[in-house]
Amino acid sequence: MTTTAIELVDVNKWFGDFHVLKDINLTVQTGEKVVICGPSGSGKSTVVRCVNRLEEHQKGTIRLDGRELTNDPRSIASIQGEVGMVFQQFNLFPHLSVLDNLTLGPTKARGLTRTEAETRAREYLERVRIPDQADKMPGQLSGGQQQRVAIARSLCMEPKVLLFDEPTSALDPEMISEVLDVMVELAQDGMTMVVVTHEMGFARKVADKMVFMDEGEIVEQSPPEQFFANPETERCRKFLSQILQH
Amino acid sequence: MKKFIFPLALLTLLAGCSGNGTWGWYVIDPTTKSGWTNIQFLISGMWSTILISVIAAAISIVLGLVVALPGQSAKRGWRIVNRIYVEFIRSIPLLPMLFWVFYGLPIIFKSMGLDIPIDPFWGAIITLAISDSAFTAEIYRSGIQSIAKGQKEAAQTIGLNYAQTMRYVILPQAIRCILPPLANQFIYIVKMSAFASVIGMQELTRRANELVVTEYRPLELYSFLILEYLILVLIISAGVRWLERKMGSDERM
Repeated sequence: MTTTAIELVDVNKWFGDFHVLKDINLTVQTGEKVVICGPSGSGKSTVVRCVNRLEEHQKGTIRLDGRELTNDPRSIASIQGEVGMVFQQFNLFPHLSVLDNLTLGPTKARGLTRTEAETRAREYLERVRIPDQADKMPGQLSGGQQQRVAIARSLCMEPKVLLFDEPTSALDPEMISEVLDVMVELAQDGMTMVVVTHEMGFARKVADKMVFMDEGEIVEQSPPEQFFANPETERCRKFLSQILQH
Repeated sequence: MKKFIFPLALLTLLAGCSGNGTWGWYVIDPTTKSGWTNIQFLISGMWSTILISVIAAAISIVLGLVVALPGQSAKRGWRIVNRIYVEFIRSIPLLPMLFWVFYGLPIIFKSMGLDIPIDPFWGAIITLAISDSAFTAEIYRSGIQSIAKGQKEAAQTIGLNYAQTMRYVILPQAIRCILPPLANQFIYIVKMSAFASVIGMQELTRRANELVVTEYRPLELYSFLILEYLILVLIISAGVRWLERKMGSDERM
């Protein structure tokens, strides 16, 4: 039996007068991998940022595990520990070592002891294949390594859902695959993932559902086979031909 | 020691041209008994100046943070409280504020049935601290704002609350660019502490004033006073530079 991890019902959001999200309806089952793509400014990042409450939606309902997101600070805090987020710009804490980046959340927000948190951190560093970088500072690592540390940092919170906001867009081309490999492994291990990306190879490999957004709307959602072979709308066809032509 | 050689040389030079009676360095000539007593009297104000400045700066650093944090709030009401405090305090000249605290505040206390006397020492400290806190708050603000928004967001996504985000993520990074202007403010406090002389605080300026009244040698005594502040500030500057090196404020992240 599948359960619903994330549910967005008629979600609307405005930045001032600008209508960024228009009646967004999206359901993510537990264990499902959803890839969101679309031209820049289409609102895809805003969708994931609303899910973990970095942005507030003005209309509609967002439910995580059946619980509705409200403005209650306690509910926000509990959500933000359960929904992990990987940013385009990594956002590692530059003044802390890799290990301290990973243990900060578990020790301060989850009340783990230092030893427990360190054991967990080393476990996840192993999993993102950089166990020997634990004592370095983020600035000493390559972009790809930094992004893998960021993924490990999210995993240390043992989130139920992991959101990715263009995780490879700030990386040099030769580092993209090392990050994608880690993400594919996570997907295979059954993590619930929502990924905003233009990496269509990755999408084909792991996505259960493709979502195409344009001008704040979800224009199309379909399984990847259908999405790539036979897009329903002209907008989506045009977008795909643009990013797949090279 | 090198820092002292130049002013001392200058002093000797000025002493040399005292032939026509413009200068009368005898008043602080350490080789005579009265000159030496005068020097001791002048320098004895140093301790009060330092004590007032250090306590006022310490209060201002804490108060400034308390004032700065609401300014970063997402809630408009908190930001307005911060703006009003900063704009209001920043616009009051130090001397009127000192008079208000020293002569006015006790009356308010009394009307509230409180028996809190304000002596020149605490009057000066309260005034300097409050007056400076508006500037300290602005320094914190620019420091906190210099940290990219992504840092705060990343902290939120690993479940840190507001206080934890500030303590473990934002402030440790902000302190590097907060420290140099904060040190500047400390030097400013040291200099402004001279105003405490007008409410009778026995610090450097007051001592010089009192001696001028009895010795009628304003030129030499105020020259000496300026030298005292110069040496004090140079020592602080050296200390600050040492601290900056230690905390890495002088290099890029």
